[in-house]
Amino acid sequence: MCRIGAIKSADPVHASKALSLMLPQQEGHDNSGFAMVMQDLEGEFSSYKEKPLMSLACTQKGAKIVQDYMDKSGFRALHEWIPKVNNRPGLDIKAMPYYIFTAYDYPDYLNNSSQDQKEDLLLNTRLALRTMLEKEDHGYIFSFWPDVLTLKEIGDPRDIATYFGLWEDRGDLMARNVVVQCRQNTNYEIVRYAAHPFFLQGYTLCANGENTFYTKNKEYQKSLHRGYIGFESDSQNFLYTLHYVLHELKWPLKYYKHVITPLSFEEMEKRPDKRELTAIRQTLGHLEINGPNTVIAMLPDGSIMTCCDSKKLRPVVVGGTKDLMAISSEVCGLNVILPDRDQSKDIYPNEREIVMITPGMEVQRWKQ
Amino acid sequence: METVKTQDVTFNDLAWKIKYTPDRCTMCGSCVAACTFNAIEARIERRSITVSTGHQPEPNQRHIAVPVIRQKNSVANACVGCGMCEKVCPNNAIQPIRNEDSRLNVVGRAGGNPLKRGGRTNLNAERVLDKIIVGRISQMTDPSLDSERHTFDVLAPFGRVLLPQELPFSVENGEIKMQGWVPPVHWIYPLIFSDMSIGALSTRAWEALSLATAYLNEKHKMPVRMCSGEGGMPVKLMESEYLKYSIIQIASGHFGWNRIVRALPKMKVDPAGILIKIGQGAKPGDGGLLPAAKVAEHIQAIRGVPKADLLSPPNHQGLYSIEESVQKMFMSMNAAFKFRVPVAIKCAASATSVSVYNNLLRDPYKICGGFFIDGIQGGTGAANEVSLDHTGHPVVSKLRDCYQSAVKQGSPGRIPLWAGSGVGMTGNAAADAFKMICLGANGVFMGKLLIQLMGCVGNEKGRCNACNTGFCPTGICTQDPRLVKRLDIDRAAQNIVEYMLAFDAEFKKLMAPVGNSSLPVGRSDALVTNDRAVADKLSITYAC
Ligand code: SF4
Ligand code: SF4
Repeated sequence: MCRIGAIKSADPVHASKALSLMLPQQEGHDNSGFAMVMQDLEGEFSSYKEKPLMSLACTQKGAKIVQDYMDKSGFRALHEWIPKVNNRPGLDIKAMPYYIFTAYDYPDYLNNSSQDQKEDLLLNTRLALRTMLEKEDHGYIFSFWPDVLTLKEIGDPRDIATYFGLWEDRGDLMARNVVVQCRQNTNYEIVRYAAHPFFLQGYTLCANGENTFYTKNKEYQKSLHRGYIGFESDSQNFLYTLHYVLHELKWPLKYYKHVITPLSFEEMEKRPDKRELTAIRQTLGHLEINGPNTVIAMLPDGSIMTCCDSKKLRPVVVGGTKDLMAISSEVCGLNVILPDRDQSKDIYPNEREIVMITPGMEVQRWKQ
Repeated sequence: METVKTQDVTFNDLAWKIKYTPDRCTMCGSCVAACTFNAIEARIERRSITVSTGHQPEPNQRHIAVPVIRQKNSVANACVGCGMCEKVCPNNAIQPIRNEDSRLNVVGRAGGNPLKRGGRTNLNAERVLDKIIVGRISQMTDPSLDSERHTFDVLAPFGRVLLPQELPFSVENGEIKMQGWVPPVHWIYPLIFSDMSIGALSTRAWEALSLATAYLNEKHKMPVRMCSGEGGMPVKLMESEYLKYSIIQIASGHFGWNRIVRALPKMKVDPAGILIKIGQGAKPGDGGLLPAAKVAEHIQAIRGVPKADLLSPPNHQGLYSIEESVQKMFMSMNAAFKFRVPVAIKCAASATSVSVYNNLLRDPYKICGGFFIDGIQGGTGAANEVSLDHTGHPVVSKLRDCYQSAVKQGSPGRIPLWAGSGVGMTGNAAADAFKMICLGANGVFMGKLLIQLMGCVGNEKGRCNACNTGFCPTGICTQDPRLVKRLDIDRAAQNIVEYMLAFDAEFKKLMAPVGNSSLPVGRSDALVTNDRAVADKLSITYAC
C-alpha cells in the first residue's frame, strides 16, 4: 500500500521536510523507494525559474546521448547541478551512476513562439529522450519543465536521503510545493518510471490505491495524446485524465472529479446541471475510475488538490497553518511537520469533495 | 419373406422416437390430445397372449385386439420431442427419445422443399463464454465491494454519444454550460428484451413480455426495455404511457409501420428507441419469414397485410446503395420523432461487422445510436435450416473486434455496442452478460431465454424448434387460439420478472468481487481463459 503526501508553503522548504512528512507513515508503505516532484524552486535553480529544467538519472553514455540531442535541438545548457552523493557502503539504494539536473535556454527559433508551442517542444523532447535512453537502458528522464525538479530512486527512503544528503538543509533543494511518495509501485515490476508522482506538462500527480478500471482507462488514453505513455502504474491514468480534462479540454478543475468519479445517475437526476453532468459521464465513461483511491495533484499554477474515490476507501487528511499546509495519507505525518497547527481544523475530505490549497495558501473545499 | 419397402419413411427415420409402455397406459388419450403435431395416434394392435384361468395351469394362447398409442410414420407428422405427451401422461407411459440414427435430413426434403424450422442453430452450439471465467478478484489492496450493501450503477447507454470536443459546451464562471442540441441518450438496463414480433410470438406471449417489462420498471425500478420486433404494436400500447419502455423495430418488410405512423400524433410519450433491423444472426442475409399459417386475423390487422406468407426482403431497398437507404432510414426515423428518440441498428455478425461499425462511427451526421450485433446463436421464428445451421458468425470475437477498433480510434462507447445471440443459453444470463460487457459490450440483448421462461421447451439439440409451424405446443409461438390458451400470461410474466430479479442480484455478485460499482465495459483484464486460442483472439489472459 502507498502513502502519499504534499507540502505547500509560503516560504520555500527543504526536501527534508517532505521526508519528515513521509517517514512516520512508514508502517503503511514498504520503504521500497522515494520519489518527489518539487515546484516553485529556490536554492540551486532560483535564478532559472522561467527556463526548462531537466531531471535525469543516467549512465555516462546516457548523459552523452542527452547532451548530443539537446545540442542538436538547439537547447543551450544554462546551469547544471549534480548533487554530491554520499556513497558509503551498506546503503540500501539502487542508484544510477549520475543524477543531473540542468536548466536550459529554449532554442532561438522559439523566441517568438507561443506558450503552447514551447510546451509542445518540451514534451516532444522529453518523449524523444525517453525513447533513446530506454533503448539500451541508459537512463531515465523524469521531467523537463520550467521550475520543476523530480527525484526518483529505488531503495530505503532513509538511505536514499543519506545518499543525496537530503537530511541536512543545505539550501540547495528548496521549493514551495512538493509532492512526495515513499514506495515503488510493487504491483508491477520495480522500475524507476513506475514510482509516482508522475509528471506531464506542468501537472503532477500521485495516488494511493488501486484503479480497477486501469485497462479500460489505459486503452482509451493511449488514443488520446502522445504523452500518455508508459502506464507502468495505474496511477498514471489519474494524471493523464487530469491533463486531458484541464489541459486538452480546458474544463474547470471540478469537472475532473465528475469525470473520474461521476455521480450516480440517480443523484445526477436531482441536479440542476444534470444535462451537463450526464453528457460528461457519457462522453468520458472510459476515464471513470473504480476501486479505492486517493489522489494528490499539483497544477501548473502551483495549487495542490486532493480527492478520493466515490466510496472513500482510502484515507487522506489536509491540515496546517496559514504559511505551511500539508496533505498526507496519515495524520501522523502532519503531526511531525506541523505539531503546532490547530488540529480541529484538519480536513478529512469525503468521497464527493475536492480540497484545494490555492497559490495564495487559501484552503478551498468544493462539493462535487 | 415379405418385401421390405426400404424407401418408405418410418418412425425410425425421424429425429425422435416415442417410447411407449403399454402396460402402464390406461388409454386416457391425454397424450394424443396434447400433441399439437399430430405425431401420435390411438390404434388397435393385434396381440397374442397366453392365459390360464383354471385352478390348474392350463395355458391357452389367444389373439386379442388391444388399443395402443403409436407414433405416425411421416415426415409431416414427425415427433419434435417437445415432451407434451410425457408432461400430460398420468401414468408415465410415454416419452420421446432422441433418435441417434435419424435420417430426417435425408428424407425431409421430399417434394423439393428446403428444410425449414424455427428456434436456433443446432450445429454451432459450442460456447466460448463458458471457457472464460472472471479471474481477477479484488483482494487486499483493492477490496471487493459488498453486493448487498454497496450501490451499483447497472445502466448502459442507448443513443449516440458525442466526443468531448463535439459537445456544445461553453465555460462561464467556472461552470460548464451546454448550449445546444445533443443526440438523445437513454441510460437503460444493460439487458434488452430482444426483438420478437407479435406474429412470431402469440399475442399472449407478447403481452406477457410487455407485462413483465412494465412490472420491472414500475415496481422494481429496473429500466428494462423491450424491443417490439418487426410487426408493429397494439394501438392501445402505443397510445399508453408504457410506450416509453418499448423500442420499436423497423425492418425491411416495414410491417406494422403504417399503424405506427398513424399512431404518432396520439402518442403520449416517446418510445425508448427505434431499432432498424438490417440483419439477424440466426439467418443472416435471409429475409424475415412469417408463414401464412401464423398470419391470423389479428396479425393481419396489426401488420396491415392479407393472409399470406409474409416475407421481409433480405435487404432494405435503397436507391443506389444499402448505405444510402440506411442513412435515409436513420434520418426519417430521427425526424419522425423530432430527434428525441435514439435510433440504433441491428446487424448480423459477419466477417464485415467491423467495417460496418467503422462506417457508422465515422458517419458525419452522428445519427446512429447503437450497434446491435447478433451472432449465429440467435433465435428466429422461422428459417431455412441451411441458413440456421450453416450461415452466421460467432458473436463474441466480433463484438471484441468492434470494441477494439473503436478503442483504437479513440471512440469507445460513441456508438454503444449491444451484443446478443446465445445470451443465457445455459440459463446463466448474468454471467454471459457480464463477460460480454467485460469484452466491450455496453449491454446485451436476449430473446430465447425469455420464451423458455414462459415455457418454451426448445433447445440447441433439436428439441422442438417448431416455431415455424403454427403448432407451438406451449402457446408461445402460434396464433391458434386453442394453443394460445395453454399459456398463462400472468405466470409467464412472473417467471420473467423473477428471473430478472435474480439476474440483477447475480450481476452485482459479479461486479462486487472485481471491485466495480459501475459497468466494467471493456474490462478485459477481469477475464481469464484456459483456452490459448480464445485468449489470443480476445486478448485476454491465458490461465491454467
Ligand atoms: S413429444 Fe411432442 S411431438 Fe412428440 S409425440 Fe409427444 S407431444 Fe407429440
Ligand atoms: S415450444 Fe414453441 S416456441 Fe419453443 S421451440 Fe417449440 S414451437 Fe418454438
